[in-house]
Amino acid sequence: MESSVRLLDVKGLRKFFPIRKGFLKREVGQVRAVDDVSFHVEKGETLSLVGESGCGKTTTARCILRAITPTSGQTLFRGQDGSVVDVASLPKSQLRPLRRQMQMIFQDPFSSLNPRRTLFDIVAEPLVANEVGTRQERVERVAELLRLVGLRPEYMRRYPHAFSGGQRQRIGIARALALNPSLIVADEPVSALDVSVQAQILNLMLRLQAQLDLTYLFVAHDLSVVKHVSDRVAVMYVGKIVEMTETQRLFTAPRHPYTEALLSAVPKPDPRLRAHRIVLEGEVADAANPPSGCYFHPRCRYAVDACRQETPRLEEIEPGHFVSCHRARELTLRGVGQ
Amino acid sequence: MTSEGGAAPILSVRDLKTHFFQDEGTVRAVDGASFDVPRRKTLGIVGESGCGKSVTARSILRIVERPGRIVGGSILLRRDAGNGQAGGVDLAGLDPAGYEMRQIRGGDIGLIFQEPMTSFSPVHTVGNQIIETIQLHQNVSVEAARLKATEMLHLVGIPKPERRLDEYAFQLSGGLRQRAMIAMALSCGPRILIADEPTTALDVTTQAQILDLLRHLQDREGMTIILITHNLGVVAEMCDEVVVMYLGRVVEQGPVDAIFHAPKHPYTKALLRSIPSIQATVRTELPTIAGSIPHPYNRPSGCPFHPRCPDFMPGTCDRSEPSLRPVDDNQGVSCFLYHPA
Repeated sequence: MESSVRLLDVKGLRKFFPIRKGFLKREVGQVRAVDDVSFHVEKGETLSLVGESGCGKTTTARCILRAITPTSGQTLFRGQDGSVVDVASLPKSQLRPLRRQMQMIFQDPFSSLNPRRTLFDIVAEPLVANEVGTRQERVERVAELLRLVGLRPEYMRRYPHAFSGGQRQRIGIARALALNPSLIVADEPVSALDVSVQAQILNLMLRLQAQLDLTYLFVAHDLSVVKHVSDRVAVMYVGKIVEMTETQRLFTAPRHPYTEALLSAVPKPDPRLRAHRIVLEGEVADAANPPSGCYFHPRCRYAVDACRQETPRLEEIEPGHFVSCHRARELTLRGVGQ
Repeated sequence: MTSEGGAAPILSVRDLKTHFFQDEGTVRAVDGASFDVPRRKTLGIVGESGCGKSVTARSILRIVERPGRIVGGSILLRRDAGNGQAGGVDLAGLDPAGYEMRQIRGGDIGLIFQEPMTSFSPVHTVGNQIIETIQLHQNVSVEAARLKATEMLHLVGIPKPERRLDEYAFQLSGGLRQRAMIAMALSCGPRILIADEPTTALDVTTQAQILDLLRHLQDREGMTIILITHNLGVVAEMCDEVVVMYLGRVVEQGPVDAIFHAPKHPYTKALLRSIPSIQATVRTELPTIAGSIPHPYNRPSGCPFHPRCPDFMPGTCDRSEPSLRPVDDNQGVSCFLYHPA
């Protein structure tokens, strides 16, 4: 791990959204959507951010791309020329060259493609925006990209409506790859697809990663999907990372009670494994008005007094295994078997 | 394929055909589906988008919207429990807007939808909507109906039900809204509950809560549940019996253990292999089903699965359509591998 290159290093990232009320739109509170999140992504690996809706995983991803400007914190990105820049504090005018190197794949392949533009227009858009190549070169590049994602280059003149969900997601991937980015942020790339198509897209993403030496930041809520693509996983709850480690370790030996409950809640596709599930009581805490101490304590079955008062810090309890829980060292939690 | 224990299935669908007549052509959304729903059990209907699972549910309740209509087949609902020779009624033959169908809909058969936000009216309180449902089916006063509604919200585990009754659907969280939806569907004591993707819009921990609730209510009320979902994990956890659909046809039906551990139809086998599992090895390629689901206007001839089937037999599968036939006492499959043409 020491010798590898950090492509992305996120330090103390925060994004608070103001809550405004009344005629004067005075600020009456803040939603702490992302609250002191730190992690890094190494070149060529896949880090997944998982968690339930409202946990801040998408906001984190968007802050990294500077689609929204974070409240505070650093996102150090290593450019293709080897220089390291802080994307979070860069002036807007200097963002454009960096944006070529970080691209996004969206969740919904039906709304993320303009229905009035042909496949060529869509996939060549990043090339046009960045003034890359002549028209003939763009046609060749688009053809190459379409082949790369498993579509026939002849489809270039067609419109998105002629394609199925899986094919549209392939178009979205081709567009993301147009400028040879090094980091791909994929926000729920398969959650809108049918099961049989999901597998095709996941396989494609794995293959492209090996072929093009891509680094993925994968945002998902489906733990089974995450397991298929990630090297490491970070679990988020109410704007904070509660556990982060290698995929295998997270699934077989989780150390945070929330991770344990999440793993247990996933329905296993085998009727013989109908086990006793841990069903969490209550609902996800409100990021505008979080509980005292550990945000998870009202739903945690292992909570003690300390959990109600002190906020735990994300600590490295074993090499490469970060947990934010007062009782992480003493608890024996249940993971999933092979 | 008849349900075990001798008791007649509560609902029998035979050769159901629901077609949508559009200017561009006819979409055969459900095209000859047959299955039985065993009493007091949970039947899962699984399949990918466009397989006709939701249209099947809507056909049972006779709420298929125009230009769709049932063009053939029967849906036999056995209304009297137990005595074997009970009076059945063919739902496919009723007037969708008639008195009898309106009594059955909501009375005998309850329905919960995928998206609870769009299933509740935004301009009426949750309580008013549940009270209206109760008064439609039972001859009771508003006060009694309100009491019943409070009781139902309490039953589905909504805290402070008296207060929630006067709130609007948008004031509830996704999980609470789905619970309120279940309360409304159960308020008239239906014997069959059709749940169309009841947990698809929910997070996993909320999904676990709702599935637990459904199981608990089934034990308590002795309901039959028809669970429509694309999530095979949910099916494995909840169902006793499974129907697998592909392009409007039932390709396989059997007990849940047989479907997951001894699937017969090539589509069922391929579908099971292609699902990402939480038990799988990290970062492995998943086996996939070749191609994608055909467009509804370009239905393949013969067996609808033949262009994607690994066991395709030229001259047979593309010429004639297989029918659902038993392979043993409990399991049926629609494939020429088991029943040569």
